[in-house]
Amino acid sequence: MTMSLGPYASFIVTSYAAAAVVVAILIGWIVLDHRNQTQRLRELERSGITRRSGRSAMDAS
Amino acid sequence: MSLLDLANPTRFLALTARVLPWLAAATIILLAVGLYQSATAPDDYQQGATVKIMFIHVPNAWLSMFVWGVMSIASLGTLVWRHPLADVAAKAAAPIGAAFTFLALLTGSLWGRPMWGTYWEWDARLTSVLILFLMYLGLMALWRAVDDPSRAARAAAVLTLVGAINLPIIKFSVDWWNTLHQPASVMRISGSALDKSFLIPLLVMAIAFTLLFVTLHLAAMRNEILRRRVRSLQMMQASRVAFSSEAGTGARGENASNEVGAA
Repeated sequence: MTMSLGPYASFIVTSYAAAAVVVAILIGWIVLDHRNQTQRLRELERSGITRRSGRSAMDAS
Repeated sequence: MSLLDLANPTRFLALTARVLPWLAAATIILLAVGLYQSATAPDDYQQGATVKIMFIHVPNAWLSMFVWGVMSIASLGTLVWRHPLADVAAKAAAPIGAAFTFLALLTGSLWGRPMWGTYWEWDARLTSVLILFLMYLGLMALWRAVDDPSRAARAAAVLTLVGAINLPIIKFSVDWWNTLHQPASVMRISGSALDKSFLIPLLVMAIAFTLLFVTLHLAAMRNEILRRRVRSLQMMQASRVAFSSEAGTGARGENASNEVGAA
C-alpha cells in the first residue's frame, strides 16, 4: 500500500517526525533519570546511609 | 486503594511498578492503531493530506491544557490538603506538559504554512498557547531555582493556580476574538462537526496520547520520589560527617587540656 501525501508531504512528515523525536527524548530522559537515581540511592545505601525503617524522605520531612 | 493509601510514597512506588508495564503496553497498542488509522484516513476536500497533521496537533493541543489542569489540581493538593505526593505530581508533569505544548505549537505552525500561508500569526489562540508554553518553562525554572522542594512547591503551586486563568482564555479565544484559528469542531454542544473518517482516528490518537501522558507522568513521579530520597540520604550523610568531625575536634580539645593538666 502506498500513501500519497500530496504537495505538502514535507510538512506532514516533519510533523510526525518531530512528534516522534520529542516523545523519544521524553522517554529517554525519564529512563536515564530513573537509572541515575536508583544508582545514587544504591551507592548511598552501600556506604551505610539508610532510611529509618523504610520511611521515605517525604515521610521524614 | 484510596488516595490516602497513595499518600505513602513507598506504596505509590509499589503501585507504579505494577501498573507501568500495562500502561506502557496499552499506550503502544493504541498509538499503533491510531497511527495506522491516521495513515489510512481519506484526504479532506479542502486540506487534502495535510489533515493528517491534525491527528497529532489536536491531541497535543488538548494535552497542553489538560496537563496544566492536572498541575492545578495538584497545586490545590499542595496548598489546601497538603498531600505529600501533590507537589511531586505537579513538578513531574511540567516538563511533559511543556513538550506537548511545544509539539502543539510546532505541528500547528507546520499545518498553518500550507493552509494559511504563514507559519505564525499573533492571533489570540496562538498567542495564548505560546504564553502557556512560556509559563511551563517558567515553572520548570522556578523548581530548579529553589533548593528546598517544599518551599519551591508552595511558590510553584501559587504560580500554577494563577496560570490556570490562561486555560479558559485559550479554550474560548476563538469565540471571544476574531482569530485565524478555526473555532471548536469536536467538542461542541451541537455535536462534532467532523466526519467519522476523521473523528475516529483523532479520538484514538487523543486517547493514546493521554495514556502516554499518564505513563510518562507516573514514571516521572517515581523518579522524583527517588530523587528526594537521594537528597534526604545525602543530607543524613553530610550531617554524620559534620557530627563525626565535630566529635573528633572535641576529643582532640579534651586530650590537649588533659596534657596541659598533666604538665
